[in-house]
Amino acid sequence: MQQDAAALVVLSRVEKRFGDTVVLRDISFSVARGKTVCIIGPSGSGKSTLLRCVNALVPVSSGSIEIDGIEVNDPALDKIALRRKVGMVFQQYNLFPHRTALQNVMMAPIHVLKQDRREVEEKARRLLAKVGLAEKERAYPGELSGGQQQRVAIARSLAMNPLVMLFDEVTAALDPETKKEVLVTIRELAEDGMTCMIVTHEMGFAREVADHVYFTEKGVIVEHGPPRELLAHPREERTRAFLNQVL
Amino acid sequence: MTPLPVLLPGKPALAGSAREGWREFFSGGVLVAVLAALAISILAGEARAQPGIGASPGVLAILLKWSPLIFQGFLFNLMVSVLSMLAGTALGLWLGLGRVSQFVALRRASGGVIQFFRNAPWLVLLFYCMFLLPFSITLPFATVPLPDAAKAVIGLSLPVMANVAEIVRGGVGSIPLEQWESGEALAFSRSQIMWMVILPQCLRRMIPPWMNLYAILTMSTTLISVVGIQDSMTLARAALVAEGRTELFIPMYLMLLSWFFLYCYPIARWTTVLERRFRVRV
Amino acid sequence: MERIADFFRWLNDAHGVNLSIFYDSLDRSRFLEGLWTTVELSTICTLLSLVIGVVGAWLQGARFGPTRGLVQAYIQFFRNTPPLVQLFFFYFAVGNELPHVLDQHGMLVPPISNVGWAVLSLSLFAGAFNIEIFRAGIEAVPRAMVEAAESLGYSRLGVYRHVLLPLAFRISLPALNNNLVNLVKTTTLAYAIAVPELLYAASQIWSEELNVREMMNVLLVTYVALIAVLVAIMGRWERALHIPGYSP
Repeated sequence: MQQDAAALVVLSRVEKRFGDTVVLRDISFSVARGKTVCIIGPSGSGKSTLLRCVNALVPVSSGSIEIDGIEVNDPALDKIALRRKVGMVFQQYNLFPHRTALQNVMMAPIHVLKQDRREVEEKARRLLAKVGLAEKERAYPGELSGGQQQRVAIARSLAMNPLVMLFDEVTAALDPETKKEVLVTIRELAEDGMTCMIVTHEMGFAREVADHVYFTEKGVIVEHGPPRELLAHPREERTRAFLNQVL
Repeated sequence: MTPLPVLLPGKPALAGSAREGWREFFSGGVLVAVLAALAISILAGEARAQPGIGASPGVLAILLKWSPLIFQGFLFNLMVSVLSMLAGTALGLWLGLGRVSQFVALRRASGGVIQFFRNAPWLVLLFYCMFLLPFSITLPFATVPLPDAAKAVIGLSLPVMANVAEIVRGGVGSIPLEQWESGEALAFSRSQIMWMVILPQCLRRMIPPWMNLYAILTMSTTLISVVGIQDSMTLARAALVAEGRTELFIPMYLMLLSWFFLYCYPIARWTTVLERRFRVRV
Repeated sequence: MERIADFFRWLNDAHGVNLSIFYDSLDRSRFLEGLWTTVELSTICTLLSLVIGVVGAWLQGARFGPTRGLVQAYIQFFRNTPPLVQLFFFYFAVGNELPHVLDQHGMLVPPISNVGWAVLSLSLFAGAFNIEIFRAGIEAVPRAMVEAAESLGYSRLGVYRHVLLPLAFRISLPALNNNLVNLVKTTTLAYAIAVPELLYAASQIWSEELNVREMMNVLLVTYVALIAVLVAIMGRWERALHIPGYSP
């Protein structure tokens, strides 16, 4: 099937300052529809801030971000329209602890999209089954393991039918066994054609799933390229130093 | 399989907004608001006072005229608060120690007493003491008269006692088990551990809630006016009756409120500062 | 029923222990009405103060500085001044300033009765504490959870309604219950403005029957029992609302 290779997410000279500190500087790249990009780098390099700018959780100081025709940096932005197109999963504290897994997945489509309850429930069940948690419908987040929680969080974001999914170090707080379940779920998602932007420390995962990898340090994109190139033969010294530490 | 935490752990800070430091301690914002309200009410009263009817003095003048007397009543309130606090703290300390004692019977009995005096409304306890305590106590060497004020102090010290006991219990309970165990390992007896190891440590932690209790107590001393003791409230009302002018009501009550505010607000602020300091240390 | 009444009549005649509420129907009804008024007063004030708490906590998160300042001033004023003086301020001072209306006897009276002022004053008093309690509960909800909700498209109000408030409420429940217990105890202040709650009813009985000692004991026991029941119910409720997997 011929995929429309037009760019879905376009960042252009994005800069973010917190007071006097420059957290992101001259960030420009684009993500084509159906592709997966991974963003790697040391802590404090602005990766999480970058994702939050894409999702309009944090306003950019200058530059522009465009997602499927919506200007994210527009001050008159309709945040709800944007958030329908962009889903995000965080490192922790994703799920609402006072609701069951199924209710968590159902909440946003009902409250925000005002969809019919029965349809939403059906879809939610399918999504939970898709992430392998059909039998945990009635469990509360506190009763789920970390990996299970993250998978429910992914299902919950998918319930909004987004065009782009953002993942902010979602496996960083998990131990190795549970990490795998979540990474498998994300990989399946990417293979199904979802456009993904993933911030991660898992180099093996990045190599497997990414179409393109960006290495950031101190708020700038130092180097980028297809994973096989970047991870095996980094051109920049800084990239090499980072990868030596991590791999 | 490690679960992710679903919610932040620990007790949320209940002392207002915990981001306040010494600067906020002296924050004039709220004080200004209160004093402004007072000033506005005085001016409004002045404006409404009948102009030109003889030498009718202004609202501010009347307030100033009565202030010394009412202030004496206020000092009386403070005196009652200090005495009740001392008595209640002394009793509460022992009651609290009983609450954490190793003897089950003592623990239960103390618990019962604490629950009882924490559940009872302060005004009811006050009434109880006013009505049912004798007029004088006959001791072997003398007959000590029990004036109304003394009964009130006793009445107010009872709930203070119960609350201090709870503070002590909370303080002792917050000391980690390891402290007890190290003491035992050094062959201290339980009461030695309590007095030499545990209590000195929890003293600092108990100070903020204890100060908070004092502020509450000070505000509760106005209850003595309901049981017939003359304090700042009764004097203020007497002054209003004597003057007989309705435009005085709001300014007079606001003045009284602002006196209590000026006394209790710094205590509340100081409590917040101390709480933060002690928490960081631990 | 009659046997009980006879017993207490005998107790009075033989031993001078006059528990008239058990054998005298007028006294009993006065006592029970007073008890009911206390319960009513507590309930209405609790509900109102909860509303004040929710609204106030919302306003305290406002971006507009003066709004936050106003809420702070309100909280600090009602927390650091004696509730009795607040009550008197509202009933005598403010009540006097309001335009009087004609009551059924053709007399000019303030438009809000003493009961009304008691409700208002006590609700404002308890509401101030509730705002702080809710605020603390809201701050105990991780920022990431709010971000997660925002990412799902919830507006600020939506986040408050569906995520922050339900969670903050559950977290704050112990402190809220504590506040409720204090509120019930504080209703006794309404005695001072002749609201016919339990303390007032008891005072009417003892001034007639001259059985101060007995009534004081009954009063004490009744309040302690009432609050013990309340605490038990609150405890059950807390357990029912407990979030699985979260232990504060």
